[in-house]
Amino acid sequence: MQDLAIEAAGLVKSFGSTRALAGLDLAVPRGGILGLLGPNGAGKTTAVRVLATLARPDAGRARVLGADVVREAGEVREHIGLTGQYAALDDHLTGRANLIMVGRLGRLSRREARQRADKLLARFELAGAAGRAVKTYSGGMRRRLDLAASLIGSPEVLFLDEPTTGLDPRSRAVMWEIIRELAAGGTTLLLTTQYLDEADQLADRVAVIDTGRVVAEGTPGDLKAQVGDDRIELALPAGSDLAAAAAGVKAFAAGPVTTDAERLLVGAPVPARPGLTTEVVRALDTAGVEVTSISLRRPSLDDVFLTLTGHGAADQGSTRQDRHGAPGQTEG
Amino acid sequence: MTAITATAPPRRASWRPGRLRWFISDVAVLTGRSLARIIREPETLMDVTVQPLIFVLLFAYVFGGAIPLPGGGGYHEYLVGGMLGMGLAGTAPGTAVALVTDMSTGLIDRFRSLPMSRSAVLAGRSIADLLTQVIGTAVVAGAGLAIGWRVHSPAADVVAAFGLALLFAYAFTWTGACLGMVLRSPEAAQQIGFVLFLPLMFVSNAFVPTQGMPGWLQPVADWNPLSALAAASRHLFGNPDPAAAVHSWPMQHPELAVAGWSALLLVVFAPLAVHLYRRKSLS
Repeated sequence: MQDLAIEAAGLVKSFGSTRALAGLDLAVPRGGILGLLGPNGAGKTTAVRVLATLARPDAGRARVLGADVVREAGEVREHIGLTGQYAALDDHLTGRANLIMVGRLGRLSRREARQRADKLLARFELAGAAGRAVKTYSGGMRRRLDLAASLIGSPEVLFLDEPTTGLDPRSRAVMWEIIRELAAGGTTLLLTTQYLDEADQLADRVAVIDTGRVVAEGTPGDLKAQVGDDRIELALPAGSDLAAAAAGVKAFAAGPVTTDAERLLVGAPVPARPGLTTEVVRALDTAGVEVTSISLRRPSLDDVFLTLTGHGAADQGSTRQDRHGAPGQTEG
Repeated sequence: MTAITATAPPRRASWRPGRLRWFISDVAVLTGRSLARIIREPETLMDVTVQPLIFVLLFAYVFGGAIPLPGGGGYHEYLVGGMLGMGLAGTAPGTAVALVTDMSTGLIDRFRSLPMSRSAVLAGRSIADLLTQVIGTAVVAGAGLAIGWRVHSPAADVVAAFGLALLFAYAFTWTGACLGMVLRSPEAAQQIGFVLFLPLMFVSNAFVPTQGMPGWLQPVADWNPLSALAAASRHLFGNPDPAAAVHSWPMQHPELAVAGWSALLLVVFAPLAVHLYRRKSLS
């Protein structure tokens, strides 16, 4: 019998006509780190809100450390920490006052709250700004303080909703380091992210979520194996034979070949192997297909989605935009 | 899945007895939060300091000379009783703005994910506002003394007058809290608060005796809770009180009327605000 820290079965939640969750199932063992991976609008935030007792599911049930998130919400709240996408802080108070307030409301004594606050401020490199109003903080500092606030009660289960979205690479690295430290300390973590890379770096299991349900689950390695190691992309000159190019690429592909007739693009997952690009170009040349440009890159969330769901990330525009800041995206 | 159902510990029972203690602690923490902001940003006190001061000076030296009091008496002494209620009720839009702001940031989510008391957010805000109202009352009394207002009654009556005023102010805060739960933006709260509270302030005997109003408006003004508060204050301070000559129940029993209005506001708006808060925060 496995000891589960978080379990959800058949969660459904609608907002008007929008179905944010459509039968979500999740299971995270104690001390486990689950990455909930999906594009904007996939239902990640709603899932976290239901599990953290902020929203009531329309159907299905969920338990955190054995307590039902609806009927025993008070019990759940005693053991969880939550860091949302927007820093949940009082802008007018100092960083230290914010932490002490949250600590006190989280049932710490005055002395404990102060001690924990000072410890966390030091750990999160915020000691120097502890006495300043939060409204003077940078985005990265706010996120760090927000995470510190959700840790002040030493929660056993921590929910992190897109903890690094919009952060600069340096702040992102600091967040990753802290998250790893928490994981090493035995905290159960559920973190949502739009970045495959982030899930890969931090989570021991990843659940890919699309339109409110889990479409794939496994270790990051499992998922990437499904996507292929690298992704090749070709741009063709006007008037090219797209089908011939696709056929040429197919011989090397580790998964479905995609084409974009409008922009004359051909893409496919390929095994990571030196010299592959040259081989593809040679093969296409032999087949009489001209190529404007060729690039090889690591698989992105879009690729995972394409492979697992058969369609691209639902909210293309913002996903693309957000991905700009993602670290480790190696463009070939 | 079965492992989970079997391990659910009945821990809730153990913290229930401490509920009241934790509620008080939570309210104290959140009251402290609001007060800390005031200390850091004293300009947020403008609505209970500068604003009443301006009104006192405006009515004492601009409008007051043109307002005759039936039954005689000095307008400056008449003014302070009215200003008390006006200054206190005027803080309700501020309550609404503060709560709308809280609700529209992630802070409420943070509170809701903590094992704290649900209604402490509203209770803490109302108590912090009561403390600012004490400051506002002191400002009005100080300004009154400066323009020549004096009390002519036993100390117990004076204490009763301020006590009634603050009781009413506290109860009235909950109307602002409800407004804060219904509206979506701080700007809307500011504007609607202004639109709602301005007629309430002026269609009363706070600045002008109701005897001069048109016949149809007089009963409205006489039954306005702010009229009762002004009349009760004037009566208890021993100041000119033309409302004593008005044959309307609240004007004949202003202290009872203020207590009744306060109880009614509390009984209706405090539970309503808590209900709206729970509904709104559990979307």
